[in-house]
Amino acid sequence: MDNTRRKFLKLAGLTAAAGVGTTLLGSKAMASGGGGHAAPAHGGHAEVAPTGTRYGIVIDTGKFHDNPGLAQKCQDVCHSYHNVPDFGNPKDEIKWIWTDKFANVFPEHSHYRRDERLLSMDIIAMCNHCDNPPYVKACPTQATFKNADGAVMMDFHRCIGCRFCMAACPYGARSFNWRSPRGVDKEGHPFIKKYNQRFPSRMRGVVEKCSLCSWRTKKGKDPLCVEEACKTASDAMIFGDLNDKNSKIAKLLSSKFTIQRKPALGTHPSIFYII
Amino acid sequence: MYDKGKVLIGLAIFVIAALSIVGYNATMGDVDSFRTDGKPGPEKPVGHDKCVKETAYMQTSHMVLLNEWRDEVIREGKRELVETVGGEMVEKSLQNGCMGCHISKVKFCDRCHDYTNVKPYCWDCHLAPVEAPASKEAH
Repeated sequence: MDNTRRKFLKLAGLTAAAGVGTTLLGSKAMASGGGGHAAPAHGGHAEVAPTGTRYGIVIDTGKFHDNPGLAQKCQDVCHSYHNVPDFGNPKDEIKWIWTDKFANVFPEHSHYRRDERLLSMDIIAMCNHCDNPPYVKACPTQATFKNADGAVMMDFHRCIGCRFCMAACPYGARSFNWRSPRGVDKEGHPFIKKYNQRFPSRMRGVVEKCSLCSWRTKKGKDPLCVEEACKTASDAMIFGDLNDKNSKIAKLLSSKFTIQRKPALGTHPSIFYII
Repeated sequence: MYDKGKVLIGLAIFVIAALSIVGYNATMGDVDSFRTDGKPGPEKPVGHDKCVKETAYMQTSHMVLLNEWRDEVIREGKRELVETVGGEMVEKSLQNGCMGCHISKVKFCDRCHDYTNVKPYCWDCHLAPVEAPASKEAH
């Protein structure tokens, strides 16, 4: 009996040792084989090494605070050009650019005992055109994607209205057309007050968002909101290529203290705020 | 022949009903969009006689070109102007390119699409040019 147990334990020990040995050998071989190709891990908090164009905007919140109504002007210019409907209730609201209070735009920052000016500010919020946009992975039809300029775009033709992207965007920068934007409300007022014949509208069941005015930036112009803001207060919004070290925006970012929205999520937003 | 009266009345009703369709089309129907030879007659733009491709290609494959333009413009950011066969430069855009020359959807697009009973969904989102009030009444 004892003899048998002794044999059994020896055998079991040998088997275990052999198992561990092969696993170790295997992983070693894999490490040496794949080591050369291993890419550095993306995501997390580390910024990805800059390659190509990456457009971004710096928003000087103080200049918007000093010019009340300027943010509204920017929104009007954007929304009227892009035929953004006004459904008249916040639940169905379509927004490409909007304003909110500090506590809502920067919920991860403490707003306890902040100064009155900061808490009363209407801060411009828009799509952050993240370098690591989570909803691009969420979209099942590739209707949303990041273009060569770093702008996160929508191909409205391909959107099937599943709203996965809305769930995946941590900034609420995407809106869904629950009703036809071409329709009218109960009193017969059209949701789009005045159509801009140069731009399409959307249809029911399509998600829409800011496209960083890619139709303008390609021609070397600033986005509409930036242009409008700078008409009243110069440099209230600064647009440019973050990856170009000589651009105005890159120089500004390296000389001023700026914050991003929810940086801890690892989305790498391209919109920066001077508070 | 039994029930001669009833049969004749029935026949008369049938002939009138059958002829009424022809009669309706001849007098009240939408004759505006068809030429006398029965073919659709899209109105060519005035002052522009060449499109971005040859007419034969545009007649059969304009939808393919529009899809190519869409992908190039939105996906690849290739927003440069394209040259027409006649040497004009136009934007790669349905609203800002095509409809710049073809100023009426009703008198151009709809003519053939109605004729072939094709219902493209372009105009669910894209805005058709604002038609002159007179042309709307005529249609």
